[in-house]
Parts: sequence; structure tokens; C-alpha cells
Amino acid sequence: MVLKIFFPQCCNRAESGLLVGRWISGHDSAVVLAVIHYPFIPGQVKQYIQQMQAQSGVGLTVLGSWSLPKEGQESMESFLRDLSTIFPQQRWLQVSRQMGKMGFICEVVNRNQNGQETQQEAKKQNDDDEEEEKVIFVHYEQRKVMLSQLHPTESGDPDLDTEPPSELKQVFQTVARSQPLFFLDRYDDGPLKSTHWQSEGREASIIVELLKQASVPLCVLISWLLALWTWLCSIRIFSLYPLRFLSSKLSTCVQISYRTEHMRTLSSPKPAIEHKQFMRKGNILVSFLVDVGLGVLLMSWLYRDDHIATLANMLMPAADHVAKELEELLQWLMGAPAGLKMNRALDQVLGRFFLYHIHLWISYIHLMSPFIEGILWYGGLSACLGLTFALSLLSDMVALLTFHIYCFYVYGARLYCLKIYGLSSLWRLFRGKKWNVLRQRVDSCSYDVDQLFIGTLLFTILLFLLPTTALYYLVFTLLRLVVVLFQGILHLSVDFINSFPLFAMGLRLFRPYRLAEGVKFQVLCEEPGTALHLLMEINPLKCSTVVQLYRTPTYSCYPRDSWAALVKKLFVGELIYPWRHKSTKVD
Amino acid sequence: MEDEAFTDISGKPISLDCQSHSSFCREFIISSPKVSMGKVMVYTCSVWLLAYAVFFFTQNTAVLSGAILVTLVGMMLHIHFVKVDHESLLVIGSLGIQVSSSYASGREITTFIEMSKIKDIVINEAIYMHQIIYYLCVLLKDPSEPDAVSSVVPLFQSSKPRLNCLVKVYKSCQEILSKCQ
Repeated sequence: MVLKIFFPQCCNRAESGLLVGRWISGHDSAVVLAVIHYPFIPGQVKQYIQQMQAQSGVGLTVLGSWSLPKEGQESMESFLRDLSTIFPQQRWLQVSRQMGKMGFICEVVNRNQNGQETQQEAKKQNDDDEEEEKVIFVHYEQRKVMLSQLHPTESGDPDLDTEPPSELKQVFQTVARSQPLFFLDRYDDGPLKSTHWQSEGREASIIVELLKQASVPLCVLISWLLALWTWLCSIRIFSLYPLRFLSSKLSTCVQISYRTEHMRTLSSPKPAIEHKQFMRKGNILVSFLVDVGLGVLLMSWLYRDDHIATLANMLMPAADHVAKELEELLQWLMGAPAGLKMNRALDQVLGRFFLYHIHLWISYIHLMSPFIEGILWYGGLSACLGLTFALSLLSDMVALLTFHIYCFYVYGARLYCLKIYGLSSLWRLFRGKKWNVLRQRVDSCSYDVDQLFIGTLLFTILLFLLPTTALYYLVFTLLRLVVVLFQGILHLSVDFINSFPLFAMGLRLFRPYRLAEGVKFQVLCEEPGTALHLLMEINPLKCSTVVQLYRTPTYSCYPRDSWAALVKKLFVGELIYPWRHKSTKVD
Repeated sequence: MEDEAFTDISGKPISLDCQSHSSFCREFIISSPKVSMGKVMVYTCSVWLLAYAVFFFTQNTAVLSGAILVTLVGMMLHIHFVKVDHESLLVIGSLGIQVSSSYASGREITTFIEMSKIKDIVINEAIYMHQIIYYLCVLLKDPSEPDAVSSVVPLFQSSKPRLNCLVKVYKSCQEILSKCQ
């Protein structure tokens, strides 16, 4: 079997001493975490290791000895061998390196049960000896491996016993959990001196520490505000039916409830333990900050140079223009549109009905016109809560302003739908068949003569009135689809801002070693007589995997029907609500 | 380093480079032929002639600049995403297998598979239209179910070497896998 030793790059030039680390059970490998230098008192080393073990929860032991003799120092072979008796281990590694040479030499001392020592040397050139223990040194960069998270991360209970974690996962977990070991640096006045990635001095950032201190009262404030808001929302008057229905339809209310959930996640006082929770919190915070930033930018553009007044002044003529266009369209339909000959009476009825509707709508708009500027001014203030609020408000306003188009569409669709159903039923009668509701199929049926007569008459009437209704239906469905498309675009962009994992993406771009998909090995130059040396580098996650994994679950807005189902619904005249909103998933 | 005359399944010459870093660590690099200047010239000239013909009829200089942009962008995308320079397989006994492919622009995509997930390396046959081709693949297993094959990872997808090359790589890999699994 091959023995794998994971050796940190920072210890390549460390002075001679003891190797401290962990044996990985079941995989015949060891992770070296630090080197404790001579001189030391064995009792203190054992005490230190026990202390570290208690603090970090990692099974630390002394793995062996490391010797890098400086010039003038004689080799300490016998001293090193005596060390193995002080620290009784099943296996004792004696790793040595010569200055000027790159390769390491490792001797493994096995202690079998009788306490006798059997020693095996590992050299590269012995091919024919089957009992040889071969050694691989895998060099890793300690700081990066400590901060990195290997995907797929384990979720939920760490006590789940489905399968033991793989070797690499155990290596990463060992280094990540051994943070207390890396607090001892060379400026400490303790009895032990060790070398690891932080031994030149502990690293910390003032800004991060200050933010951590400031976040505690901030979280308390936010949770108090949230409690107040939740109490306000749960007042009885708001759970009356019309208001509840309205608030579930208006996208602004949905967005508010969404952000409340996010704030609740952020303001929880416990720090995130698991990696996924930490990333979720980070993503929510960064999304929220970017959202508010974009909203403030929008506000600064809107309130400058009197843009609101310009917009308000543009709105009235635009609404008038739309109404005029619709009236012209209806006049065209009432005449002979595209050369088609309409049924005069039905045409006039439908046309006049819709014209009156438009007249009502335009009067309502004119009534509201003095308030438009005020509404826009106050509505623009909502952008300080975030760009998503401004977009949701815009979407709701568009829905309210084009309510008449929605009404026309519903009237046209219902009329057309009734006509189609009537036609299909009377067509069956014409052929002597009937729809069997019980069996959900078409059965033959014998009709009386008068039933047949009236049925055929009605069928003919409906058939000849079909082009008129169909044309009105077509025109208003197209208009409705345009409005729905515009609303859909707004909702998609709101959803994108809500759910895109900016924090995870930023981490992937600027600190790619933190999100690791796997590792990469590179063979370092070998010298004869030494073991195999590999360099282990972190292979970062692909950007698409980052987005997929760390997306904040939202009410994602996606088409409810496939294209075929949509076309069928349009043909039959069923009312279409093309965008479906998934309900908020609770993770 | 050995270099015999290997070809891929369409007959283009490829080269195989076996390096033995240790008795349990071997690396196999298969290099495809480089981008041929002749082909580049032919494509560029045809695109530009077409653009010039369109310009002759429409007298719009945007067509010419558009053609230049298209050629440049197309070439960059081709060498960055499409043209594979060499693919390598690094087998480290009792640690795992690393598969990497590097593109003509220098971009490298690497995957490492741990030894506990590897069941075996085999040569599979596949029927592709009118031919039967051989490809080397790694059989993966779920550590909880050591007898079932959970997925198959094909190797050397872009270079597609022929059977003689594959047999050589296979024999070398099996020596290591049989010792150190």
C-alpha cells in the first residue's frame, strides 16, 4: 500500500522538529498540520496537543519527526530514533530533507504489537521488493485549504452514517477544524515554537472585526422592527377576504413579504454554522444592498431635473393617444376590416359596447390626472427600499392602467369560448352524436326531428357569426398578450435581482479557492532516491454550478404552459394566465 | 518518452507521450494536430471575399468591418472553446486519476476522481453510425455499493485515438490499478 502524507508548503523550509497532525483512518494517509521545533519538553508537547484536541475536536497526534539539518549540524539519527520511544505511536514517520535538494526522504518505523520495531525505508528505485512501503508527499497550501469548502457539501446531520467521507474531504475538514492550532505564532512567549501558515504573525482585519461587533446591535434592531411590522400586518382588518386576495395579487405586497422573510433570516442572532447557511445569509445581504443601491441611483435620477413632472406630463397625452388608437381600431373592426364582411348587427353591438368601455376608462384617467404627479412622486420614494420595489410598483401600475384591456380580453374570450363550445356541441348533434358525460366520450344518439331542426338552425347561426367574434377575440387577445409580456419582463427582472447569488459569484471570482469543486495534482520534479512529490491545487467550482447551487429560492416566474398547450388554450378560448408564480419555498 | 505513429479514428496523426514518474504514478498525454495555417487562410479568405461581394452590391462599409469582427471573434472562440491541444491522464496509485484537457489558447479543464470512487478502467466498444469505435473509459462506483457501476467517464474524447494506442494506455493503467486499489 502507498502511504500518502499531506504536507503544508509553509513547512518546506521549517527547522527540524516534530510533525503534528492527524492520521486519516481507513485510507493510509496522514495530514501534517504544524511542525513543533526543538528544544521542547515532551510533557509540554503532550499537554499542548491535548489542549488543542479539546478545543478543535480533531484527533491530533505527533506523527513523526522532521529534520532539515542546517550547515554544520551533524545528523541526529539516533536522537530522532529515541524520539519515537517518547511518543509511542503505531507508526512513526521520519521525514528528512537536505538543504539544496528538493526531495524528501521518509522512513517509516512500524511498531507491531510486541513492541519490536521494524523499519522500512522508502526509496524510489526498488522495484522488485513487494514489501516496500511507498510514500507520496502531497504538498498543499495550508491557508487556502483551511478556508476552502469542498463541494458537494454535506447537508444536515453530520452524524448521518450513510458513508464515511472521502479521503480528500477528511483532509479538508481536518485542516479547517484545526484553526486553534494556528493561533500560536512566533511572537508568543510560550514554551513551544511551531511553524504553520500563520506562524509569522496572526492575520486579522480591523474592518471585519468592527463589522462583527457592530452587527450584534444591528441584528437586535432589525428583529425588533420586524416584530413590529409583523404585529402590524396581523391586525384583523387586514385578513378580510378582499384585502387578502388583493395583496396576493399585487406584486408589491408579494415583494414586501419576500423581503420580510429575508430580513428575518439575516437578523437571527445565531451565527451561521453550516456553510450553506453562511452563503445564504451572505447572498441575501449583498442582494439587498445592491438592490437598495440601484434603487437610490434610480431615485437620484428621477428627482433630478424635474424628471417626475416631465413623466407626469407625458403620461396624460400617452393615455389619450392609446384611447384614440383603440377607438380607431374599433371603428375599423366595425367597418370591413381587411376586406372581411362582418355581420352588421353583432358588429355594431360589440363595437359600441367596447367604445363605451373606452370612454369610461378615459374619463377615469382624466379624473386622476391632477393626482398623477403626486402619485409618481410618492411612488418614486419607494425606490429607496430597493429597485425591486420600484419595478413591482411599476408592474402593478401598468396592471391597473390597462385594466380595461384585461376586461375586453375577458369579454371577448368568454364570448368566443361560449361560441366554440356551442358550435362543437351542435356539430355533434348535426352528425347524430352526443357527448356522454359519464363515460367522457362521444356516443351516438337519436334525436327527434324538432330537436334536429332547432339544433341545425342554431348551428348555422353560430357558424355565420363566428368570424365576427373571432376577429374581436383575436384583436383583444393580442393586446392582452402584449401587456402580459411587459409585466412578465418586469417580474423576471425582479426575480433575477432577488435570487441571483451575488456573494457566491463574487467569492468565486475573487477568492476562487473558497468554493472548491475538487483538486488538481501536478507532479513536482523528482530526484532519484526520494519519494514522489505532488502539488495539490484547488479546482474551483464552475460559475454555472455556483449559480445553480446558491440561488436564493424565490417565487420564480416561469411559463405555466408549454407552447402547444398555450396555443390550444388560445384556440379554444380559455382564459390564459401565462405566468405561474411558485410559492416561496422554505428551506 | 515514446512516440509511435498513432492515428485517431478519422486517420489524422496524433502522438502519445507516456511518462512514468514513479512505479505507481504514470502520465499519458495525447496531442492532437495543431491548427493548420492553410485552413485558417482558406476560411478567412472565403469570408472576406463574400463580404467584399456583399459590399460591392450594397456599398455599405459596415459589412466589411462586420466581416473582420466576425473572423476575429470566431477565431478566438474557436481556439478557446473548441480546439483541444492535448489531453492527459495522470494515474496515481491509491490516490486517484486525473483527467485534463487543454485547449489551444492555454485553457485547461481538469477533473480528479478519487480512488475510492473508481471501479475500473476499461476499453468499451461503441457503434457510431457506420463504424465501431473503441474508447477508454473509467467506471465509477458508489462507495456504498461497491458492485454496481454508477457512471461511466469516457477519456480522450477529442483526440479519439485508435485501438492500438488505447491498448497501450490500458495495459499501463491496469498495472498500477491492480497493485494499488
